Amino acid sequence: MTMKTVAAVCAIATLALSPLAVSLAQAQEATEIQLTYSKGQFQPNELRASADKPITLRLKNLDAKAMEFESKSLRVEKVVAANSEGVINVRAQKPGRYEFYDDFNEKARGALVVQ
Amino acid sequence: MLAALIIVFREVFEAGLIIGIVLAVTGAVPNRNRWIGGGVLAGALAACVVAVFTGALSQLFAGMGQELFNAAILGLAVIMLTWHNVWMAHHGRELAGEMRAVGQAVAEGTKPLLALAVVVGVAVLREGSEVALFLYGVAASDGGSALSLAVGGLIGLALGGGVCLLTYFGLMRIPPRALFATTTALITLLAAGMASQAVAFLERANLLTRLDTVAWDSGWLLSDKSIVGRTMHTLIGYTEQPTQMQLVVYAAVLLLTFMLVRMSGSQPAKRTIAARG
Repeated sequence: MTMKTVAAVCAIATLALSPLAVSLAQAQEATEIQLTYSKGQFQPNELRASADKPITLRLKNLDAKAMEFESKSLRVEKVVAANSEGVINVRAQKPGRYEFYDDFNEKARGALVVQ
Repeated sequence: MLAALIIVFREVFEAGLIIGIVLAVTGAVPNRNRWIGGGVLAGALAACVVAVFTGALSQLFAGMGQELFNAAILGLAVIMLTWHNVWMAHHGRELAGEMRAVGQAVAEGTKPLLALAVVVGVAVLREGSEVALFLYGVAASDGGSALSLAVGGLIGLALGGGVCLLTYFGLMRIPPRALFATTTALITLLAAGMASQAVAFLERANLLTRLDTVAWDSGWLLSDKSIVGRTMHTLIGYTEQPTQMQLVVYAAVLLLTFMLVRMSGSQPAKRTIAARG
């Protein structure tokens, strides 16, 4: 088999996948929620958002240590460096209570209540 | 101390598995230790740099710099792994069969080594930057707890090295004839898993929204957080809630690798013989 064939297969595969892959985010209205992390605690540690709408969390880490915001049920994890802000995109969710925590310090916990 | 141990071990676990596999894949290749060691070292250095600039990296691309960076380096690793498989399918027979001059074979043999060194570097970089950030935070906090946390971290690191050795020696127990086929399969699954992880990062960055519905939730069967779940996550890209797009890309990488390997010459039977002579 020649390199040409290999290249052709690659090209076809790329073409086949491109309509799936190239899809920039629609300008959906996201609920924006601000929270802070300081002295190893989330503030506030209970957030509220409405169901079926995307959510953007803006997390300010005021501590001198990095933290990792993580939530299994929301399918997000994000390292936020010391004294900086992290943006976390959350998909539209069904009503429910979604727990989150700092992966570097599991004593820091909180929840997002979606209604 | 235990918390630090667990956190560090969790991060280095994945890198340990990947390095173990790469060591087994390159079993008989001369100079492989230099290349893989170089990959580990470069990855560790890059991890420190990334850790220092985490804040700045995050601010790029409207706050999605981390996600895009992770997706990009995972994409690079997928290309390197796939290319390695194709290269081995094409040249493996010639190399092992000594159909070429030894010198030339060695020179050619460094190409896949470079690819795998990049893969190792990427694995160490991804896991290492979090370890560096965590340990830096530990060092920054004062008091006697810092020392015990650092000791915990070091033990975690050593355990990660243990995972690497276990993986390597486990794979080396496989008879040489079957080893080549095994490692080719492992590398293919590793690549597909990394591609689907890259998709997850693009989805988090809201860059990829098509087919982002979760296809199933198998958390009740095997949790992402369990040790088996983590192993499967690294080896085959297991995740308890994959999106449809993750599955599509996973399948596409498997299919593409299969087709490329078939087309780049040697038949499976010949490749098995080619394995290690």
